[in-house]
Amino acid sequence: MKWGVVRFPGSLDDGDALYAIAEVMGQDARILWHKDESLGGVECILLPGGFSYGDYLRTGAIARFSPIMKSVAKFAADGGLVIGICNGFQILCEAHLIPGALTRNRSLSFICERVWIRVENASTPFTRATKRGDLLRLPIKHGEGLYVAPEDELRQMEERGQVILRYVDADGRESDAANPNGSMRAIAGVANQRFNVFGLMPHPEHAVEAMLGGVDGLKIFQSIAGSAR
Amino acid sequence: MSERPVSLPGEPKVDLEQARAHGLAPDEYRKIEQIIGRTPTYTELGVFSVMWSEHCSYKSSRRHLRKLPSKSELVVQGPGENAGAIDVGDGWAAVFKIESHNHPSFVEPYQGAATGVGGILRDIFTMGARPVASMNSLKFGSFEHPRTRYLLGGVVGGIGGYGNCVGVPTVAGEVMFDAAYNANILVNAFCLGLVRKGEMMSAKARGPGNPVLYVGSATGRDGIHGASMASAEFDKQSEAKRPAVQVGDPFTEKLLIEACLEAGKTGAIVAIQDMGAAGLTSSSSEMAAHGGLGIELDLDKVPLREAGLTPYEILLSESQERMLIVAERGREAELKTVFDKWDLHAVVIGHVTEDKRWRMRWRGQIVADIPIGALADDAPVYDRPAAEPKAQPQTKISITEKPGTAKALRALLDSPNIASKKWVYRQYDSIVQSNTVLGPGSDAAVLRIKNSRRAIALKVDSNPRACALDPYLGAVGTVCEAARNVACAGARPVGITNCLNYGNPERPEVMWQFVRGVEGLRDASIAFGAPVVSGNVSFYNETEGHPIPPTPTIAVLGVMIDVSKHVTQFFKNAGDAIAIVRTATPSLAASEYAAIFGIDGGRLGAIDLAREAALIEGLVEGAEQGLIRSAHDVAEGGLAVALAEACFNPRAILGAEVELGRAGNAAAVDFFGEGASTVVLSIAERDAARVESLFAGRGLEFAVIGRVIADPRLKISGTLDEGIAELQRIYEDAIPRRLRGSD
Repeated sequence: MKWGVVRFPGSLDDGDALYAIAEVMGQDARILWHKDESLGGVECILLPGGFSYGDYLRTGAIARFSPIMKSVAKFAADGGLVIGICNGFQILCEAHLIPGALTRNRSLSFICERVWIRVENASTPFTRATKRGDLLRLPIKHGEGLYVAPEDELRQMEERGQVILRYVDADGRESDAANPNGSMRAIAGVANQRFNVFGLMPHPEHAVEAMLGGVDGLKIFQSIAGSAR
Repeated sequence: MSERPVSLPGEPKVDLEQARAHGLAPDEYRKIEQIIGRTPTYTELGVFSVMWSEHCSYKSSRRHLRKLPSKSELVVQGPGENAGAIDVGDGWAAVFKIESHNHPSFVEPYQGAATGVGGILRDIFTMGARPVASMNSLKFGSFEHPRTRYLLGGVVGGIGGYGNCVGVPTVAGEVMFDAAYNANILVNAFCLGLVRKGEMMSAKARGPGNPVLYVGSATGRDGIHGASMASAEFDKQSEAKRPAVQVGDPFTEKLLIEACLEAGKTGAIVAIQDMGAAGLTSSSSEMAAHGGLGIELDLDKVPLREAGLTPYEILLSESQERMLIVAERGREAELKTVFDKWDLHAVVIGHVTEDKRWRMRWRGQIVADIPIGALADDAPVYDRPAAEPKAQPQTKISITEKPGTAKALRALLDSPNIASKKWVYRQYDSIVQSNTVLGPGSDAAVLRIKNSRRAIALKVDSNPRACALDPYLGAVGTVCEAARNVACAGARPVGITNCLNYGNPERPEVMWQFVRGVEGLRDASIAFGAPVVSGNVSFYNETEGHPIPPTPTIAVLGVMIDVSKHVTQFFKNAGDAIAIVRTATPSLAASEYAAIFGIDGGRLGAIDLAREAALIEGLVEGAEQGLIRSAHDVAEGGLAVALAEACFNPRAILGAEVELGRAGNAAAVDFFGEGASTVVLSIAERDAARVESLFAGRGLEFAVIGRVIADPRLKISGTLDEGIAELQRIYEDAIPRRLRGSD
């Protein structure tokens, strides 16, 4: 599968995503520059973590106007696979490619730690290498990861299976203490209605080597790799 | 056009009084007049005042810093550039330095700490190295002091706010709370970068006629006289110095990192230096002076944030995220293309000259024209009197009854100085760049080097209580501790950087503390064969006549040949033998136990540096041979605390059963004593004899004191039997509990 990792000014985990896909997974991956409109024929687009444009206005609010985002939106409309991690998730929300929004953590501070994530829907292109109810150990690192959406919309999203990942405790149970940022319904990752655009706050690209603390993130990348059209 | 520098209409008259207001001593002012042969212009006076400030000139410390060893076969760059560099193998050099940002952080904690991180990052990537790791050492007043929470929140927020946004992981640090810092906190920031050997960039200007480019953020009025602020004591008016604190823009810094590293690859850069303290003035004069050349700048070309800045303000502004580049003539366009790509300013503002003068033009006039050496090399150097204070500091004895060991252990784990700092480091991105093998919460951080089996280990330490008792032994002990922590992880210490935080050097007793501190650093550095390749001195850390305790902050770089052999501090398997190895006898001097229970801990014991080096060799060899399951340095709180910490394995909580002291006769010093360079090891039963020979063979005291048990309890000498879960709860909650304010 050919992957494209978008580099915005202020992207930080772009190199890590590239490393995970190209070096660890051995797949074809390249950097896409935010000022370009060409996607170079890639089959999956990854919007990486970071602070695009410094996120001084609102996370992802400026990045969505980057020239490349026009192409990303068109790519998504054509059914192409798009994954947004952390700041990438925020950008996807701002671009209305995914419902909802990400606001400041309940603690009002940045949080960097490993958390437990439960797979809620394993029949998506992003989770097909997992089983429903699987627990993944993944790091989060963000200041604005509190997921919000209108109640009506949340209900519909749950019914359609768009809630893909949830924060849980080590035993796989939801609890207030296991919800690191206060997200509504402990949501950690969601997809659009067509299930070809996926946003998540945890960082699978930072969980691909045992020496650095775990390999559960590989399952997300393997799922995508196995979903090539 | 007049070729003689002039003051501008409306500028204050320059005389002795004005010089004094700029912080220059009368002798210094006369020396300036003598060097330039006339009365300086107002701009020139401002320039001299910052370049000759303690912060920029090291005028009180320079002659002592020369004593520090700076050479070894691994040193790629010693002192003299923006940072030092050590060969870490496989073609890589590690470029690193630590620097203080104490004064600004006390005045405005968020921006002060943030720009401290930004400044040290620029010192690293200015050398052509990609910053890969940050650390910090923080000293706050007592937790009960009304300002501490505000300062703690601001400083931690600022470090995270800046560090997280530039994509450099914060991998280790230390935080201490002590009333001695109530009115003068310390914020020391460390950064390390990696560069291919031979691709390092320099700050030495070459080639008269080569153009000088200004790149990065535009210049504003922020931070004017920041360097002078850092060269004076604090008083009640310090709050009014807030405008002298710079404001950081980490987003621009991130762009600047990428653009400068990319520009470096073009080969069109002759020299590059960041505009740190004293901004455009220091960067331009130092680059020219290092190259034995002159420089001429046209200040009208400097990008400004607002109209109406005077040349004085342009030259002294400490606006952040700016760099100065000497380019190869004719290749300016190549560089501009790179900076355009990253949407950053890149403007030619002058050129290198042959005449060894620092000449500034503005609106058709010359506003400064100074022999280049005068600003840097000819700055005054002082041999300030140093005298040992007559009365040694004494700890008050207020203890009425001895606490029981269990009660004391709980109290120590609940001390913010010992307790988990997770509340702090959880706010830092410690994993970006995918190299962090061991992050915060470990004895030392371990970072792998991609496409290599090698790794580096990092640790920053300080021990002001010991330094207050004996500034020499305290400094020696601090280096030993940092080196030992690196060795516990399995890495051999190869290089040192230091940030020397002291009071007012014009006081003989402070100068004595400083001189003894430098001597301690020198001796320990020689003993470990780990040279001091970079550093920073911060004087005038005192408020209203009360200096801080002497606080040399030491960061040690270690190298590991095989990252898979790294060792962590946690017990791994029930049944493993628990052993201690140490170089001396523990004491309660300068201990957390003595501080908490208000007892006189006595004097510091002597340190045998040959034994310290032997301990380090034994630890590294044991790790390389895979004989050591865990290794944890005994620090604040002594052996009992170290044993408890070794049980807090996040993967599997285990217990420990040990005997301390002789025949059930253990005293507080056996449980909680410090200062003996003790390491707690766990070893597979079958390897115990080999490990013993590793240390005993080097003449060190080695003893198996017990074993790891599956029952999650800490059992010591039949007098202490505590559940690990409860101890860990105390340890984890000590800082959050205080911040919740529910104690």
